[in-house]
Amino acid sequence: MSAPRSAASRLLANRVFLVTCLVATNVAMLVLAVLLISIFWQGWDTLSWKFITSFASRKPTDAGIMAPLMGSVWVCSICGLVALPLGVGTAVFLEEFAKKTRFTRVVQTNIMNLAGVPSIVYGILGLTAFARMFGAFGTNVEEAITLGNEDSLLFLRLPFGSSVLAGGLTLMLVILPVVIISTQEALRAVPGSLRAGAFALGATRWQTVWGITLPAAIPGIMTGAILSMSRAIGESAPLLVLGGLLLVFNTPENLMSDFAILPLQIYNWAGRPQDAFHEIAASAIIVQLAVLLLFNGIAVFIRQKLQKPLQ
Amino acid sequence: MTALPTNSTARDITRLGRPKSVSARVLRERIIVGTLAVAASFSILVTTTIIVVLARETWGFFQFDEVSLGEFFGSTEWNPLLGAEKHFGIWPLISGTLLVTAIAASFALPIGLISAVYLSEYASPKVRATLKPSLEILAGVPTVVYGFFALTVITPLLQKISPAFGNYNAMSAGLATGIMILPIVCSMSEDALRAVPRSLRDGAFALGGTRFDVSVKVVVPAALSGIVAAFLLAISRAVGETMIVALAAGGIAQITANPSAEVQTMTAYMVQIFLGDAPAFGVEYKSSYAVASMLFVMTFVLTMIGQYILRRFREEYD
Repeated sequence: MSAPRSAASRLLANRVFLVTCLVATNVAMLVLAVLLISIFWQGWDTLSWKFITSFASRKPTDAGIMAPLMGSVWVCSICGLVALPLGVGTAVFLEEFAKKTRFTRVVQTNIMNLAGVPSIVYGILGLTAFARMFGAFGTNVEEAITLGNEDSLLFLRLPFGSSVLAGGLTLMLVILPVVIISTQEALRAVPGSLRAGAFALGATRWQTVWGITLPAAIPGIMTGAILSMSRAIGESAPLLVLGGLLLVFNTPENLMSDFAILPLQIYNWAGRPQDAFHEIAASAIIVQLAVLLLFNGIAVFIRQKLQKPLQ
Repeated sequence: MTALPTNSTARDITRLGRPKSVSARVLRERIIVGTLAVAASFSILVTTTIIVVLARETWGFFQFDEVSLGEFFGSTEWNPLLGAEKHFGIWPLISGTLLVTAIAASFALPIGLISAVYLSEYASPKVRATLKPSLEILAGVPTVVYGFFALTVITPLLQKISPAFGNYNAMSAGLATGIMILPIVCSMSEDALRAVPRSLRDGAFALGGTRFDVSVKVVVPAALSGIVAAFLLAISRAVGETMIVALAAGGIAQITANPSAEVQTMTAYMVQIFLGDAPAFGVEYKSSYAVASMLFVMTFVLTMIGQYILRRFREEYD
């Protein structure tokens, strides 16, 4: 604040800035509104129960999203089943057990860096590590080692190829840092007095974590978990690297099935020149956004209903 | 333990079962800590594997006769799939990425920061309660949806403004990417602004500052390290964004600053290769790993700078 200015000019600056603020904030809201309206405008007419329950087709009028929808469910379930225990375990270790050593500092910095890695790079990692397993079992599908009957639920094949399992594990890599960071924040929000109370009663570190800290942090952990799952549902670049755009005509039957996912189906249709395909792409987007809203709604509900102040 | 549990904490402790011998407890504790430490080490394994895979495949790429390190960083032509003579100069792809990122940043950074100032300093709790969830929805929209939006709404709009815009152009992809990173800029900047202690604001108000003076001359400077970190994270997201540019930016790798031109970014090139435009294990296929390495290094450096700024320039109060 160099030379003193008149009160009038400072009040004017304040007024002008407030208007700028309102404009900027409204741009964001306007964009959201235009986005939603344009998608509903394009996709509402072609959205029907038949569209949701039909399989892929060359003709846009016959095409549906059953296979990609179920593919997304399979892939995201596998992703969640692996990422959540692994992520929560890592966060518990870093927050509740580890002393602030060089090792934990490296792990912490590393997690921040992993959160910044573009998702397509995880796709390359998944392709090499899960789909091809570094070439340790040969590069040909016919040479793959198989365990169990091909029709059974427990069928396994090494390497995994571009299967549901490889897809789920690849997505797990993408959301793992997000799960870890949000769980850490939830654990940090638990007041130290609760832990001190448990220790004073003679509980060990693990008893404190299992009986006191984790239950207190559950709403925060759940919110973070749901938001990272909604990220997983929308993620498509890594799975595009893993398997390309597969035309799949059935829902997955076991962990080794081929799969399509909803965002990649949208990409496939959006990339075609015909308007008819753009319309069904918009219909698929409506389904995708509905799932997303459901997830966000659950997260907001948990945050508001279950999160009791602990101070 | 005969005392009656009087509060929930004590009840929780007794629920944990009958007392065990100390050595059994210590053993169990060790096993659990060990398991958790293994989980924590997994993230290190992921990073190491990424680096090893990228380094090995990039090394393999440079073993081909058609490529050399000098050409990769010296040539300004990138045409591995077209033409009789293949050229592998990374600059056109970097130029495309930077053009899209620059458009995205010049849209999202100012709007995001101003919205954050508004949310944190001006808005009433009621306004905040409606704006924050809308921003969260915007943050959760899959990027392929933004790509579709760019293709079917932004590009036709741009074409109405000027016929110079083709069906694919950097402007459309850049704006969509800007919309995608806007919530990141806004919510992270807002967190940084809200972390500034109240006493600073009170002091500035007491000196006769208007709300504008307080926000812009006191609160924003105090939160600058957090804001810059938010900017860097958003930029690194824009650099790594894939689906929007694959749909809307086009496929011509060229060095240009013209926003109406068709450009190819590093990520869009990788999509093109992995969709099967090139036979696996050929030089074109391997080139995508070299591009991925460049991308990894660029985003890694951005993240590291962001973390350094957060650590080094954080203003400590209280």
